Amino acid sequence: MVRPVSPLSAARLKRTVRLGIKSLWLHRLRSLLTVLGIVFGVCSVIAMLAISEGASFEAQEQIKNLGSQNIILRSVKPPEEQKVSDKNNQSYVLQYGLTYTDIKRIEATIPGVTVVVPARIIREYVWNISRRVDCDVMGTVPWYPQMRNHRVTKGRFFSEAEMEEKANVCVLSAEMAEKLFPLDSPMGGDVRVGNGYYRVIGIMGPRSKSAKTDEPPDATQSQASGADRMFIPLETAKTRCGEILRKMRSGSFEQERVALHEVTVKVSKPEEVVPVSGAIQGLMERHHKKKDYEIVVPLELLKRAERTKQIFNIVLGSIAAISLIVGGIGIMNIMNIMLASVTERTREIGIRRALGAKRQDIIVQFLVETVMLASAGGLIGVVLGVSIPFLVTYFAKMITIVTFWSPIITFSISALVGVIFGLYPAFRAANMDPVEALRHE
Amino acid sequence: MGSVTVEALRGVSLEFHQGEYVSIMGPSGCGKSTMLNLLGCLDRPTTGRFVLGGEDVSLMDDDALSAIRGARLGFVFQSYNLIQHFSVVENIEIPLYYQGWPEQESRSLAKELAALVGLEKRLDHKPFELSGGQQQRVAIARALVNDPLIILADEPTGNLDSVSGAEILKLFDDLTTQGKTIILVTHDDDVARRTSRSIRLRDGQVETDVRRRV
Repeated sequence: MVRPVSPLSAARLKRTVRLGIKSLWLHRLRSLLTVLGIVFGVCSVIAMLAISEGASFEAQEQIKNLGSQNIILRSVKPPEEQKVSDKNNQSYVLQYGLTYTDIKRIEATIPGVTVVVPARIIREYVWNISRRVDCDVMGTVPWYPQMRNHRVTKGRFFSEAEMEEKANVCVLSAEMAEKLFPLDSPMGGDVRVGNGYYRVIGIMGPRSKSAKTDEPPDATQSQASGADRMFIPLETAKTRCGEILRKMRSGSFEQERVALHEVTVKVSKPEEVVPVSGAIQGLMERHHKKKDYEIVVPLELLKRAERTKQIFNIVLGSIAAISLIVGGIGIMNIMNIMLASVTERTREIGIRRALGAKRQDIIVQFLVETVMLASAGGLIGVVLGVSIPFLVTYFAKMITIVTFWSPIITFSISALVGVIFGLYPAFRAANMDPVEALRHE
Repeated sequence: MGSVTVEALRGVSLEFHQGEYVSIMGPSGCGKSTMLNLLGCLDRPTTGRFVLGGEDVSLMDDDALSAIRGARLGFVFQSYNLIQHFSVVENIEIPLYYQGWPEQESRSLAKELAALVGLEKRLDHKPFELSGGQQQRVAIARALVNDPLIILADEPTGNLDSVSGAEILKLFDDLTTQGKTIILVTHDDDVARRTSRSIRLRDGQVETDVRRRV
C-alpha cells in the first residue's frame, strides 16, 4: 500500500523551505519588488513609533522636570491660634507645623515616595556690610536643587559633609546676589544674618516662568519678593537660629516654634501624585489635631501631563493607522504577485500533481513561499525600521525610543498576514485540475 | 453556462498485463487523451471502473489518487514537462520527494537513474541546457525513479528528431525487456510496430486490439 506522507513533517518542511527560497531567489528582483510594500509598512511603523515615542518621552520628561511629581507640604499657622498671638503675650510660644517625626512617618509608611526634602524657612535680614535684603533664609538639604529642578548656575550647592558639620555656607538666589553684590562677584564673599556670617559658595539660576507654575502662591513668597532666597544647610539653620523664631513686625512681637516650614515629597510617577497625597493627608490628619499644615499638589501640571499624553496617543494612533494602510497595500501586492505566480506556474503545478503531489503539498509549497516573502520583507523592514531612528537621533538630535515589542509585533504580523493572504493563491493552485494544468501553455 | 457532457470513451473494456508494451493509436478526438488521463489516475471515470494492481482507482479521492500516481505510475510527456528551475537530478527526484523519501536516498537513486539514461555527466544542468532527446531521457529517468507499475508515455517522440526519437524508443525497448509495463500513445505507425500490442481507438471505442510477437 502507498504510505501516506504529511507535507508538514520537519524534514520535508525544511526541504520545502529550501526549495521555496530557491524559487524566490530565481526571481530575486521580482521578489524584492513584491515585498517592498511590506518593507515600507513595517519600517514606517517601527520608525514612526520610535520617533513619536521619543517625542512623547521628551514631552513627559519636560513636564516631570517642572516638578509634576512633587507634593509640597507647608506649615500653616492654624487660624484659631492667630487670635492667641494677638494677645501679644511675650512668654507665649506658638507651636505648630510640620515636625521631623512627620518626615520619618511619611518615609516609613508611604510606598512610592522617593526623596523627602525638609526645609526650614526663616524670614531674616541678610547683610553685606551695609546692604540689607529682607529675605527667606531657607535651611534645607543638599539634594534640594535636583528635587525642585532649580539649577545652580554658579559655584555649587552645599554638600552633605557641610550639612553634617553645620558649616556656615550659603547659596544665594540670582536676584538676591544682584541686590547684595551689585558690583563684584558674590562668590567667596560673606553675608551676615543676625550674628552669623555665611560664605557664599553658589548662585541659583533664575526660576523660569513655567517652573513657577509649580510653586503655588504661598505665604512666604507673596509677602516679599519671593525670589529673594538664601539657602543654608538645614543643620546649620537648626543650630544658628534655634527652634524658636521671634518675629518683630510693626510693633507686634510674637514667638513661634516651627520645626519645618516646608517638606517636598517626590513620587516616582505623575500618576501617583494624587493617591500618595491622599495617603499623606490621612497620615497627617491622624497625628495633627490642628490643621497646621497644607498639602499642595501640582494639579495644573498633572492636567498638562495628561493632556500631552492624550495628544501623543492620538498622534501615535493615527501614525500607526497610516502605516498599517501602507503595509496593507504591501500585503495586497504580495497576494497579487502570488496569484500571478500561480498562473505562471500552472504547468509546474500540473507536473507536480502528476508526479504525486497532493493538494496539501501544493498548498504548503505556495504558502511557504508567500510566508517567506512576507517575513523576508518584514525582516528587512525591521532592520530598516530599527536603524532609521538611530539616524534620526544622530542627524536631527531627536530622542527616539525603539520599544522592544514593536519589531517583534510588526514582524509577526507580517508573517501572519503572509499566511492569511498566501492561503487564497495556494488554494487556487491546489484546486487546479491536473489534466488542465498539464495542458496549460 | 452549462457544461456539455462529452462521452470521450464509451464501453471500453481493456486489460493490461505486467510486462506488456502497448501502443494506443487513433485520430485526434478518438479518446486517446481521456484514456491516458484515466490510466494515469489524473481523472476518474464518470461511470465504470479502473483497477490498478488490485486497487479500484475509480473510487479513490484526490489525495489517494495523488499517492497512487506518485507511487505506481510514471509519466513521459510529449513536451517533456520538466521543471525548468530544477536541475536534472532534482527533476528526477520529484516523485520521491512527494513520497517523503529522505533526501540522501532519493539523491543517490536519482543519480543512478540519470546514469541509466546516459546523463551521468549532466546531473546539475538545467533542462534548458539540454537537447530535446536529453530532456526526454531525464523525463524517462523520472518516470522510472519510483519503480512504477505502468509507464505512461504520451507521444514521447513527437517533439524529437528521428535520431533522438530512435534513442528514446531504444530505451523503451530496453525497459520492456527488463519487464516494465509501458503504455504509449502515438500517431506514428513505425512506433506502434515496435510494441507488442496495438490498440486503435475510434470515436471513443476500441476499433482494433492486436497482439504481436516482437
